[in-house]
Amino acid sequence: MPQTQFIDDATRVFQVKNITKTYQMGEVAVQALRGINLELFRGELTVLLGASGSGKSTLLNILGGLDTPTTGQVLYHSKKGDIDLSHASEQELTYYRRFNVGFVFQFYNLIPSLTALENIAVVTEIAESHMTPEEALEMVGLSERLNHFPAQLSGGEQQRVAIARAIAKKPDVLLCDEPTGALDSTTGIRVLEALQKINRELGTSTAIITHNASIAQMANRIIHLADGQISQFYENEQRLNPHDLSW
Amino acid sequence: MKAIDIKLWRELWNMRLQALAIVMVIVSGVAVFIMSLSTYDSLYETRETYYQEHQFADIFTALKRAPLSVKQHIQEIKGVDQVQTRVISYINLDIAGYDNPASGHLISLPDNSTGVLNQILLRSGRLLDPNRDNEIILSKEFANAHNLMEGDNIKAIINGRSKKLTIIGTAMSPEYIYQIAPGAMFPNHKSYGVMWMARTPLASAFDMQGAFNHVSLTLTKNGNKEDVIDQLDQLLKPYGGIGAYAREKQVSNQFLTEELKQLQNMATLFPIIFLGVAAFLLNVVVSRLIALEREQIATLKAFGYRNTDIALHYSKLVLMITAFGILIGIGVGTWMGHAMSYLYMNIYSLPYMLYQLKPDIIAYAILITVTVAMAGTLYSVRQAARLPPAQGMQPEQPVLYKQTLIERLGLQARFSQPSRMVLRHIERRPLKSLLTILGISMACGIMMVGGFQKGAIDEMIKVQYNMSQREDFIALYREPTSQTSLYSLKGLQGIEYVEGFRQVKAKLSFKHRYYRTSLNGIERNSQLSRLLDRNLKEIYLPENGVILTDYLAQKLHIKAGDMLTIEILEGNRPTLNIPVAGTAKQYLGLNAYLQRSNLNQKLKEGDVVSGAYLKVDALFQQSAYKEIKNMPQVIGVIEQESSISGFYDTMNDTILFFTFITTLLGGSIAFGVVYNSLRIALSERNRELASLRVLGFTRGEVAYILLGEQGILTLIAIPLGFVIGYGLCWYLSINFESDLYRVPLVLETEVYARAALVVIVSFILSASIIWRNLARLDMVAVLKSKE
Ligand SMILES: Nc1ncnc2c1ncn2[C@@H]1O[C@H](COP(=O)(O)OP(=O)(O)OP(=O)(O)O)[C@@H](O)[C@H]1O
Ligand SMILES: [Mg+2]
Repeated sequence: MPQTQFIDDATRVFQVKNITKTYQMGEVAVQALRGINLELFRGELTVLLGASGSGKSTLLNILGGLDTPTTGQVLYHSKKGDIDLSHASEQELTYYRRFNVGFVFQFYNLIPSLTALENIAVVTEIAESHMTPEEALEMVGLSERLNHFPAQLSGGEQQRVAIARAIAKKPDVLLCDEPTGALDSTTGIRVLEALQKINRELGTSTAIITHNASIAQMANRIIHLADGQISQFYENEQRLNPHDLSW
Repeated sequence: MKAIDIKLWRELWNMRLQALAIVMVIVSGVAVFIMSLSTYDSLYETRETYYQEHQFADIFTALKRAPLSVKQHIQEIKGVDQVQTRVISYINLDIAGYDNPASGHLISLPDNSTGVLNQILLRSGRLLDPNRDNEIILSKEFANAHNLMEGDNIKAIINGRSKKLTIIGTAMSPEYIYQIAPGAMFPNHKSYGVMWMARTPLASAFDMQGAFNHVSLTLTKNGNKEDVIDQLDQLLKPYGGIGAYAREKQVSNQFLTEELKQLQNMATLFPIIFLGVAAFLLNVVVSRLIALEREQIATLKAFGYRNTDIALHYSKLVLMITAFGILIGIGVGTWMGHAMSYLYMNIYSLPYMLYQLKPDIIAYAILITVTVAMAGTLYSVRQAARLPPAQGMQPEQPVLYKQTLIERLGLQARFSQPSRMVLRHIERRPLKSLLTILGISMACGIMMVGGFQKGAIDEMIKVQYNMSQREDFIALYREPTSQTSLYSLKGLQGIEYVEGFRQVKAKLSFKHRYYRTSLNGIERNSQLSRLLDRNLKEIYLPENGVILTDYLAQKLHIKAGDMLTIEILEGNRPTLNIPVAGTAKQYLGLNAYLQRSNLNQKLKEGDVVSGAYLKVDALFQQSAYKEIKNMPQVIGVIEQESSISGFYDTMNDTILFFTFITTLLGGSIAFGVVYNSLRIALSERNRELASLRVLGFTRGEVAYILLGEQGILTLIAIPLGFVIGYGLCWYLSINFESDLYRVPLVLETEVYARAALVVIVSFILSASIIWRNLARLDMVAVLKSKE
């Protein structure tokens, strides 16, 4: 059951009001989200859990401005001002993503023809305030691998490059869709450590989708999705460090 | 450099062979464009400058003889600026060491000058001394062909007497940029040349003192060409004027104009094909690249790259490939234009070549190429720009294959599984398959254009000389002579057959159209001047009726049964009305024929001939020629054989060069299309093929699936290419049609064979590269990674 507590407006990052998302697949309409209400808070680490097809990625994509809801409203709050993501133009969404959001994808999505360093540069070059690609790689412990191409890196290393790429522009929000999905436990933990470190050091509001329920133990807040709806939403009293997680 | 641009360069490097194949096609298009237009401009400007500097006349006319006082009347015609009267005579030449017929035009030059109009350009030696009656200036080409120099002598038959002439200089003239004997098919500088002599001695040698037989004039700024021609004709009628004509109909100028027209044709037809193919290839390659990079595009967008950034990104790739093509194309085109212009300078007798590559041609080349390239890729690039980022993350839906037509027809039992895969793949994307076929067939077609020239020339010679004009020599008489004179010809050793002919200049008209040419009176069943119908069957002249060259009938819009009006331009200048009996296939010139007896009768003259066609035993040709040219009534002897063989000698190199170039051009298209199609098929079906390998298919079996598809498309493309090639050649032959000649459309088997061969070789070459790639098909990696 969602716990009620007083929260200052300024600490909210996202306000999601009754959103739905319907995909039209020819004749059939797929209801990916059916009435989500949600608030996420600045600097917190949120974990989204749920069965396959429950709408996690859809929700995350909407928060990240990659997609828009069919109905309902999504508000993004920041020091620079508020954005109504549900009614923003494509152009506004692009700039929202460019200046506020960092993504980490399940399959890393690095550009194969660019080195680790260049993969980060490709993002920092269009961002406002950012760290250097070297610093970003340093943060994920990959200083040695600057000039390797994705194909020359292991899966975990690639995912850490992807994280470095997402955090290099010091985004307000970091959205991770199954960042450890393709990794073994040791590598997975290293990746999660990197995410936690960033969350702590930069105060980045972070949302992580995972199928691994134990990862939820490192979160401030946990959301369970089922069939396009929130089935549980609660705060985690005792946050664990990644290496204490039982994988 | 920005990281996103680094990506571009690396990707370009990765697909360098594919890009190179496209670059080659663009280079071909741009180079042909630049070459033909810069050559056009150069030739045009050179001609104009040469004409201007040397006062090339605007209007010309020949006549029999007029007293010098008439010049004043010509001068008074409204619109006439400068007038030059000349004495021009056709003469037989005798050159030591050259036993074949040689003849030329002897042209008067005003004493101590290079002329008022049509000024000669002295290349060596000095001007003529009017007090010496044996000095001539020789055309440079003729002098070169015979290795003649100042101080050398040649003999000319002047008024029936042999006269020794001393060469004191060599020259060129804007009037004879293309120096070709009257009625000849090809120029032959050994057998025909022009030469100049001072007016005074020339006039006295030909009994033309105080008279002239040729007029050239220029017009004032507002002078009306048609009016001047009309009045000039009127004025010169009593003096045997045979009709004035403007510069456009001057033979040398006309040949140059035809050449310019062909260059323009080349500048449009070929670049259209090349750039069309390049656009198709760019489309194929870029759309595949974009499909492969869907996720990368989505990722870039997720990080805030705008639609325009993405569009720009892929446009840059297109522009990079295009830019390489344009740059190299401009280089190659300039070089080829240079080479071609100087080739023209030598083929034509031009004193210099003002090679020029106008900046606007380069600008057009760039503009057109970039526009075509962008247009070809616009759709894919827009798809990329508009890709919704969330969707880009999702794997693409598996493509839906359908049963092929063959399967639906129930023929599948005949095909193995791999063959079915091949067929399904072809049918799945009919448009792409169709464009691939079209691209390859364009390559095939272009190569046929290279071979078209030779077949055409062979056919022209076969029809014109082996079937129609079958004489060995033509003996031209000074004036119409009784046909009994033929006996003296027949009596010579080695003469097999002699046939007299009567030839007069005439103006043929039907309704408002007219054409001036010679009217030929020939024997009804002439053996040496045969008329052929369109199926090359011999046709015969009726008692009273003319047969016209087919193209002339077409020009006059006249058909068999219509009444042709013939205004004879010689003697009493009667006007005749004779029905058209039919048309004759002729590739050279425009002529009219009727029975000689009929012409004699209409001209109210006796049984006279203007000359004779002779068939001579090969062994006696040289001795017979010597005797004929020394006969007093003979003014000139014409022979085609040596011109033809001389032409073939020079032509062979040109044809070889042209064949080489078109093979290269066609080959570049064929390779570009086949290689890129294969490369993309490999990329699209990487996983599928690797899976088959995992399942135990051999490399050969996998290659069959991949190459089979392309092989089928190539096989379909070849016959279609033959049709396209035939069409291109047909288009060219139609465009080459002119009063001077028509180009027959005859494509020899070897033309088809070579085109097909180059396509097949391109396929084998591409296939062998792909075969090597197949060896590197990474089964493990392909199966491990997700698509
Ligand atoms: N682009 C799309 N077009 C059509 N249907 C879609 C699309 N994206 C998602 N869906 C559907 O919406 C529903 C939710 O999808 P979503 O990707 O959000 O699930 P998920 O919770 O992330 O699942 P998983 O754990 O497997 O990643 C699914 O039924 C899916 O099939
Ligand atoms: Mg998902």
